[in-house]
Amino acid sequence: MAKLLSVNNLSVHFSTGNGIVKAVDRISYDLNTGETLGIVGESGCGKSVSALSLLRLIPNPPGKIVGGEILFEGRDLLKASKEEICDIRGNKIAMIFQEPMTSLNPVLTIGQQVAEPLMVHQQMKKKQAAAKAVKALKKVHIPDSGMRLADYPHQFSGGMRQRAMIAMGLTCAPKIIIADEPTTALDVTIQAQLLTLMKQLTVETGAALIIITHNLGIIARYADRVNVMYAGRIVEKASAADLYKYPKHPYTIGLMASVPKLDQDVKARLQPIEGQPPDLADLPEGCAFHPRCRHSIEQCRVNAPPLRTISDDHEIACWVDV
Amino acid sequence: MSEKENNNLLEVKAVSKFFPVHGGFIFKRKLGDIKAVDRVSFQIKKGETLGLVGESGCGKTTTGRLILNLEKATHGTIRFDGKDITRPGKKENRVLKKEMQVIFQDPFGSLNPRMTVREIVGQPLIIHRVTTGRAEYMQKVDYLLEIVGLNPAMADRYPHEFSGGQRQRIGIARAISLNPRFIVCDEPVSALDVSIQAQIINLLEKLQEEFGLTYLFIAHDLAVVRHISDRIAVMYLGNIVEVASRADLYNNPHHPYTRGLLSAVPVPDPEVEAKREQFVIKGEVPSLMNPPKGCKFHPRCPRALPICHEKSPLLLQQTDAGHWVACHNI
Repeated sequence: MAKLLSVNNLSVHFSTGNGIVKAVDRISYDLNTGETLGIVGESGCGKSVSALSLLRLIPNPPGKIVGGEILFEGRDLLKASKEEICDIRGNKIAMIFQEPMTSLNPVLTIGQQVAEPLMVHQQMKKKQAAAKAVKALKKVHIPDSGMRLADYPHQFSGGMRQRAMIAMGLTCAPKIIIADEPTTALDVTIQAQLLTLMKQLTVETGAALIIITHNLGIIARYADRVNVMYAGRIVEKASAADLYKYPKHPYTIGLMASVPKLDQDVKARLQPIEGQPPDLADLPEGCAFHPRCRHSIEQCRVNAPPLRTISDDHEIACWVDV
Repeated sequence: MSEKENNNLLEVKAVSKFFPVHGGFIFKRKLGDIKAVDRVSFQIKKGETLGLVGESGCGKTTTGRLILNLEKATHGTIRFDGKDITRPGKKENRVLKKEMQVIFQDPFGSLNPRMTVREIVGQPLIIHRVTTGRAEYMQKVDYLLEIVGLNPAMADRYPHEFSGGQRQRIGIARAISLNPRFIVCDEPVSALDVSIQAQIINLLEKLQEEFGLTYLFIAHDLAVVRHISDRIAVMYLGNIVEVASRADLYNNPHHPYTRGLLSAVPVPDPEVEAKREQFVIKGEVPSLMNPPKGCKFHPRCPRALPICHEKSPLLLQQTDAGHWVACHNI
């Protein structure tokens, strides 16, 4: 598979009242054409920030991309001019945001919002763009899509708004679609509908999909490869099949043992990860996970472990072999 | 449901809650009712956990609030320990508050930000005059905090100084402060991080064993509900559509909605996922203002018969093991 995007040593820092928060700390990963990458982690682990920085959507101040490079189609997105990045946003790399309630503009009709990327990026006339928007809405199964074009977001249900977001993201046939917790705010039956739809549409267009979520089940169902993040760093990188079969990082192992599963024995107590996720402004020395880790050794308290390859396409950031 | 054994702690019989909807600008007209809970019946045995699952707006939280008398039932009766508590008097209500408590979903909104943890956890003790004297009060609060896994030294801090998981522990300490027999857990873990959820679930299980508590566990996460519940009731648009023991419901779901709900939840294992039957429910949840005629699920149901458009099915017992289903086409 061809390499489509590669992120090298990306760091994003936020300056806050409590000092500098390293929301994303030297992460590197690649994305191939047509694959689905899952980024999984708990709130505050930097998964959303790492995705937002791909499109340079980090609010500055307080946030700042302090280092690294993001190579896409042979150029570094971090060095691209404003015009260049605007040309990429929504056109070659599209984003589907978390909350369909707040990420649509309430004073514009759905039609205007779905047609906008076409008019901006493909210089379509209004009529032409509207016709294409109807098709796009039809593709995401919005009934009477021609008539619903004139509706405002508040006239849509949560699930339909998210469908409209997906339609908007896909209109320009982007190479990469980033879905940031695309279904967290929705009910489970709608969740399944939308993710299946999204996966199906990306398979049709050959786009790569990045799914950001805290739900290990969603990753298992839809992703080909997975990055596990903790406190701003990638702690484990593997193919989905490998990760679930042979999780190697203590955090990943802990995460998997702590979620109840529909297909497991019931009376067994869950094995939680003890302690609390760390405060990013006040990270522990060494490996950020060591205070909660059962396997920590002296070295973990002193040095943060770098990613190391343990088998084909499987890397972990841990000093210990668990 | 005809079980006449008297080990039921809670009996809910044909309980409904209608919220009137008004319209018009000057002259408020009643436009109709939102049937948030519509003739719901179930029992909970002593020491048991009943899971109540459903999507948002299906009436699961309202059901919990009806039991706690935070909401007045429009029809039906609720019995607690054999006594009718549907419309309790003031005195009776006070006694009931000692017997049943609640743990709320949002650990950020359900604690008063201007009270210290000691005041939050200790307030029920003062209101119900459980402790005599300051020393006993302090001791009891320390003891409660210790039980839920918090350091009593932190008792004089304010809620904002705690993380979500710790706040939920404070809420739990408050709920058990009066030694209740019954607790409504309204989505107690859905606002928490994955690694913290397991801590809280284990705590709830430990408390149940220690104090012989009975739970009504309301949640939308089927995996969590399956883990903690003995029996499970599935709600859809104000009706219970299926009740069964945990094993029955998950291994042999009868109602098409339950089957769809189960298949919508992904299992965190790609190999299992690839083999699972995918049964996607089409469409969206209809509005409660204007629910479909007949069976409320029929517009989304893959197995709907002509009768489903006309008559709403009754919740009928299918097996002796207590598997109840409301469907015309099983």
